[in-house]
Amino acid sequence: MDVIYEWFRLLYQETGINLPFLYDEYDRNRMVDGFLTTVWLSLVCLFFSVIIGVIGAWLQGSSFKWTRRFVNGYIQLFRNTPPLVQLYFFYFAIGTLLPRVENDWGGQSPILGSFAWAAISLSFFAGAFNVEIFRSGIEAVPKSTVEAAEALGFSKLQIYRDITLPLAFRVVLPALNNNLVNLVKTTTLAYAIAVPEMLYEANQIWSDNVNVTEMMIFLLLAYFVLVGVLVGAMNRWERAMKIPGYG
Amino acid sequence: MTWKTDLPVMLPVTKPEPEPFLGLKAWHILPVALFAILGPSLGFAQTEDGGQNPLVVLMNWAPLLLQGFVFNLVISVSAMALGTVVGALLGLGQISLIPVVRGGSWFVTQFFRNAPWLVLLFFAMFLLPFEISILGLKIPFPDWLKAILGLSLPVMANVSEIVRGAVRSLPSGQWEAAESLAYTRMQTLWLIILPQCVKRMLPPWMNLYSILTMATVLASIVGVSEVMTLTGQALASEGGRPELLAPFYGFVLLLFFIYCYPIARFTVRLEKKFAVIG
Amino acid sequence: MSWNTSDPMVSLKDVHKSFGDLKVLNGVSLDVMKGDVICIIGPSGSGKSTLIRCINALNDIQQGSILVEGQEVNDPKLNKLELRKKVGMVFQQYNLFPHKTALQNVMMAPVRVLKQDKDAAEKSARALIKKVRLEGKEDAYPGELSGGQQQRVAIARSLAMQPDVILFDEVTAALDPETVGEVLQTIKDLAEDGMTCILVTHEMAFAREVADHIYFTDRGVIVEHGPPDTFFKNAQDPRTKEFLSQIL
Repeated sequence: MDVIYEWFRLLYQETGINLPFLYDEYDRNRMVDGFLTTVWLSLVCLFFSVIIGVIGAWLQGSSFKWTRRFVNGYIQLFRNTPPLVQLYFFYFAIGTLLPRVENDWGGQSPILGSFAWAAISLSFFAGAFNVEIFRSGIEAVPKSTVEAAEALGFSKLQIYRDITLPLAFRVVLPALNNNLVNLVKTTTLAYAIAVPEMLYEANQIWSDNVNVTEMMIFLLLAYFVLVGVLVGAMNRWERAMKIPGYG
Repeated sequence: MTWKTDLPVMLPVTKPEPEPFLGLKAWHILPVALFAILGPSLGFAQTEDGGQNPLVVLMNWAPLLLQGFVFNLVISVSAMALGTVVGALLGLGQISLIPVVRGGSWFVTQFFRNAPWLVLLFFAMFLLPFEISILGLKIPFPDWLKAILGLSLPVMANVSEIVRGAVRSLPSGQWEAAESLAYTRMQTLWLIILPQCVKRMLPPWMNLYSILTMATVLASIVGVSEVMTLTGQALASEGGRPELLAPFYGFVLLLFFIYCYPIARFTVRLEKKFAVIG
Repeated sequence: MSWNTSDPMVSLKDVHKSFGDLKVLNGVSLDVMKGDVICIIGPSGSGKSTLIRCINALNDIQQGSILVEGQEVNDPKLNKLELRKKVGMVFQQYNLFPHKTALQNVMMAPVRVLKQDKDAAEKSARALIKKVRLEGKEDAYPGELSGGQQQRVAIARSLAMQPDVILFDEVTAALDPETVGEVLQTIKDLAEDGMTCILVTHEMAFAREVADHIYFTDRGVIVEHGPPDTFFKNAQDPRTKEFLSQIL
């Protein structure tokens, strides 16, 4: 590895193309941390947005008019306002209302840090899309298939687990994957509240090294590869989940 | 968001007409949202003695914030126009018969589609010169122009995909019928294919515009003085009073909601209408 | 609750059913003895399908009584699971589970609902697939089978629950003409084995061949019924005569 690192140091000296995160250990660690933060934030948001989606889709089927309206209001509000402003609203407006706790150094710090607020805000944002995705998936399962299971004596829970969910899941998978890719891209907004994700760390590095061009191109390539790998994996998964004989 | 599944046993997935927002008529939304956002701040006003009522403060700043919002809309319309023109060409490139053009257009489309909008905005901000000189004439490149260019990049990539998707969604019989009538490929495209595609492209295109409008606030991160930047400045000049945060950010949310929600509803209605006509 | 085999296995008395304002069943009564094969025929919209869907409680009824082996179906405290163990059903649109193979479709309910041992369930499922003449198609998914093959899997799926009576709801109506025969043959095999069958059908020749008794329904009532020979030769009611003249 050291040979490669040294080669990039030489590259800088010879050509002026400065990629410090490849030869400088400190910058390399920053970049790796940034990458891991992006992945971790994406996973946390994915988990909670799916949960929000499932609960929301379930509540949308509620027989209480106001429950349905509340869920619809949530969906429309989060889909039709900028996610960045949502993030600011959560982090600044709600964050400052919460009590503060004493930290290890005797100072006062907020209960939830910027990472937590980014996770909450982006989960609600992506969750608003997931609610509609899940609801449409469940509606796509024909009533007659459910009826056949009923006639065979399946219980409501068994029908949901063995028939409705597996079929609905296959229907929504493309839309869900699309939403996941968007979520990964949206995690860059966390930069605005100083969550040390990939964009933030790259910004730190170019501030220290004055190599905006190189870092910018690297960032674009990094996201291109990250999202590309994700899309490729999702497509394979979709193909694997395909039911033989259809499509 | 109407899509067909590959499973003939499954029903086609259609998005229902959204229930009116909380069951209210369109014009009800404004007072209700205002109340929801400003209500808590009124509560603050009663408990704290110092400073003006947050509502009054917001009203003082509202004209400036509105101006900022109009600037957001200007950015969105310009970026949409630019992105649509270039993206349409790129989309046609993706269905070109020349492999190099097709491959190149595909790569450019995928590259800018996979990149986060914010990163593309940074890209335009930092890598474009602050002025360019053509024939000794110096044309300045202000930040807002860079923002428009930066935001038009992802628009371009998405429009390209919309065009390609719409053309490919037409049954191949249309191409064959035109070919059998001795139309050239260009004629087929312009006279037969594209007119049929416009209808299919309109809903996703409007959806894209809505996303773009909401993305214009990203320009605040790179210092363009649009509504979010002005909000931050207003809050700072009021001394950063915490009770002002909710009403101010809420006000910005409200502005975008009032603008984007009708677009979203109209898009759904168009989708439904076209889904019936086919 | 006691029921012995000399009583009707399925007994409907004055059954009324409406969807909102629309009256679909208007006082229907009929008895089916063990081992009987009965066919219900009639014009579309005459309530035939609703009638048999009520027997296994897929539709509820507003008035009247449905007894299955002495158990009252029109009862809010009805144990639907117990009822559906006794009453199998085959649908017009097959309604197989598209994400399961033919074999899985057949063995799923015995394993999940009857809690049978998996190996035993698979063994009997394979035997049933052989019985409906689909050997070699065990691992095919429904989407890879023709309509007639799917319908035979659906019959095997229903048989796997070892029901006492099977309801057939226009099971050949959605099939290509060339596959209708294979499905009818399967049903005929069942009837010859002594299975109690209630069929809603438009296949008059088939009804005449397999049925012990034919019921003709129109506008929610049973207009006329009788053994096939009498029914087809000596229909009395003008509505029956008109229907038969259009169909035969």
